[in-house]
Amino acid sequence: MRKFLMSTAAVAALFAAPMPMAHAEESVEVLHWWTSGGEAAALDVLKKNLESQGVTWKDMPVAGGGGEAAMTALRARVTAGDPPTAVQALGFDITDWANQGVVGDLGEVADKEGWDKVVPAALQNFAKHDGKWIAAPVNVHSTNWVWISKKALDAAGGKAPETWDELVAVLDKMQANGITPLGHGGQAWQDATIFDAVVLSLGTDFYKSSMIDLDPAALGGDKMVEAFDRMTKLKSYVDKDFSGRDWNLASAMVIEGKAGMQMMGDWAKGEFLKAGQKPGTDFVCIRFPGTQGAVTFNSDMFMMFKVGDDKKKAQLQMAADIEDPAFQSSFNVVKGSVPARTDVPDTAFDDCGKKGIKDLAEASSGGKLFGSMAHGYAAPAAVKNALYDVVTRHFNGELDSKAAATALAEAVAAAKG
Amino acid sequence: MAELTTTAPRAVTNPRATLQDLLPKIVLAPSFALILIFVYGFIIFTAFLSFSGSKLLPDFSTWVGLNNYVRLFNHPNWITALKNLAIFSVLYIVICSFIGLALAIFLDQKIRGEGFLRPIYLYPMALSFIVTGVAWKWFLDPGIGLEHVMQSWGWESFSFRWIKEGQMAIYTIVIAAVWQSSGFVMAMFLAGLRGVDNEIIKAAQIDGASTLTIYRRIIIPLMRPVFLSAFVVLAHLAIKSYDLVVAMTDGGPGTATWTPALFMQKFTFGRNEMGMGAASAIIMMMMIFAIIVPYLYSELGGKKK
Repeated sequence: MRKFLMSTAAVAALFAAPMPMAHAEESVEVLHWWTSGGEAAALDVLKKNLESQGVTWKDMPVAGGGGEAAMTALRARVTAGDPPTAVQALGFDITDWANQGVVGDLGEVADKEGWDKVVPAALQNFAKHDGKWIAAPVNVHSTNWVWISKKALDAAGGKAPETWDELVAVLDKMQANGITPLGHGGQAWQDATIFDAVVLSLGTDFYKSSMIDLDPAALGGDKMVEAFDRMTKLKSYVDKDFSGRDWNLASAMVIEGKAGMQMMGDWAKGEFLKAGQKPGTDFVCIRFPGTQGAVTFNSDMFMMFKVGDDKKKAQLQMAADIEDPAFQSSFNVVKGSVPARTDVPDTAFDDCGKKGIKDLAEASSGGKLFGSMAHGYAAPAAVKNALYDVVTRHFNGELDSKAAATALAEAVAAAKG
Repeated sequence: MAELTTTAPRAVTNPRATLQDLLPKIVLAPSFALILIFVYGFIIFTAFLSFSGSKLLPDFSTWVGLNNYVRLFNHPNWITALKNLAIFSVLYIVICSFIGLALAIFLDQKIRGEGFLRPIYLYPMALSFIVTGVAWKWFLDPGIGLEHVMQSWGWESFSFRWIKEGQMAIYTIVIAAVWQSSGFVMAMFLAGLRGVDNEIIKAAQIDGASTLTIYRRIIIPLMRPVFLSAFVVLAHLAIKSYDLVVAMTDGGPGTATWTPALFMQKFTFGRNEMGMGAASAIIMMMMIFAIIVPYLYSELGGKKK
């Protein structure tokens, strides 16, 4: 059926659009959801680089839903047999598309530039499929960060927490000082982002067995009950209007001093910088207490699709430009993330960025770099969303910790089947 | 088709009459073909999908039988969605009918300014559910909406935070939907009331019936077909309810306000579970058919008599 659809669409495309074929000019068509201010500016750097090399950039932005809308648009394009050149994609979505046999091969440029040596192995699991490079990683976000207002921290003793007990003590102090200790937005993915960090804080082995290996014993076991108990504890520090709030509004609460801290990936840093705050003097960035040395990552990649020979050259050019160390540096300084290559100098980054680069290298070499469950780098979409359901129901008080652990094991098993 | 062949012999005798016979068929043929393909064709396509193991894209190489349906009815979110649909549709239909009828009766009292009042009630229907949803989301948000305003006016103990409470959030969606649709139901009842024969009412008045009795015993029973039409329109809107939920709560808090349509969209496109999404779509279609088919039978059957 799909073949039939594709061939019909291909015939239709022949009749409908013979013009682009006649163009000798190189071009790339890029599907992405980086439409907000900072992100669009960061992407513009890549666009300018390509244009200076004579490659036109056909923009296809589809905003919304953290890429969900873009993936829906992509489905239609691929079913019609006319995929874009490059598509911004995350984690297991890339693997899913690779399994459909529609992605391209970047081997030529990857071998020449030695990507195998400079991109962390954990990222290669996604950027490569069956030993072939299919995607060019742009950055690495880590999700186990805590962003603390310096003023609120000073009022609560001034020492950044390093263990769970210290974290609870700081949160209690902040509550006594009359502010909302934890700025948080009650959306499933935000609840799950905190959950990632909480599970990681109970041990890297536990994170691996439960989130990556999806071991039923770990998912429904006593340690998971403890993780959910920690979530209950954190819930007691959010304000009563948290439900449905966007993440950047939660960041704004910390910036304005209404809330003490936010537990969020490093894209939150952009909000602080935009508000004119400085790392170290206005806000403090730490790893979630108990997770220093380990990193849960989320990496934006451009997945390359199978295209005709006339577009292949431009596609490889784009891939090479993405992995260009200068671009990796300038893009990630703006985006708040760290470069996907470990050999990019950290001179242009601020203190939090420098710490991020150092932590990433340390975690990668120590085998403590894990895919983030909340952001689709630990398990496929069905399992990820099954976990979202349980975590968000528990966080909203529908389940107690014991029931949540049982439900988690069941939901993951059902989603795998 | 059979009719076409029977009319063919006449073509020889009277080409003009034949053309007149054929013209409606020719004019209707394209839309008929389009509906055949794009409605019924895709219903069959979806039914096939629901028995396949499709994940990311349609995939007809693996067949899983009823497995998608089994998984669907074992999924807590689907059960939540069905419960919400029951609560939502019952309240939505009953309250809309009641308010619609009441407004229509009041407007039917030959009051001054009816021409001005009627569109005021009707206009919410002109908004899309997305607009209604966003407006009510802000209005009901305790931090910026009703609760905040009441407290800033000095009523410190005022509290209305249903939209943030899992148990109550579905009722806020009922409120917004009722606000949107009541005016439309009012218009339907108003048309019905205008069609009531004045002679009957006058006869009842001569017999000494009070206004209340006239309404209770004569006019409202006469509104039976309007009730039926309103029920069918509102019931299928309730089963399809998606945009309002997305705009107001997006299924939250937690999974408290999931509806079947939201489930279908999220599973098909967000979770790469196209088979299960198709199964939920088929179940929704069966629910709608269960309402529409008896209605069509009663309507069409009535005309033939």
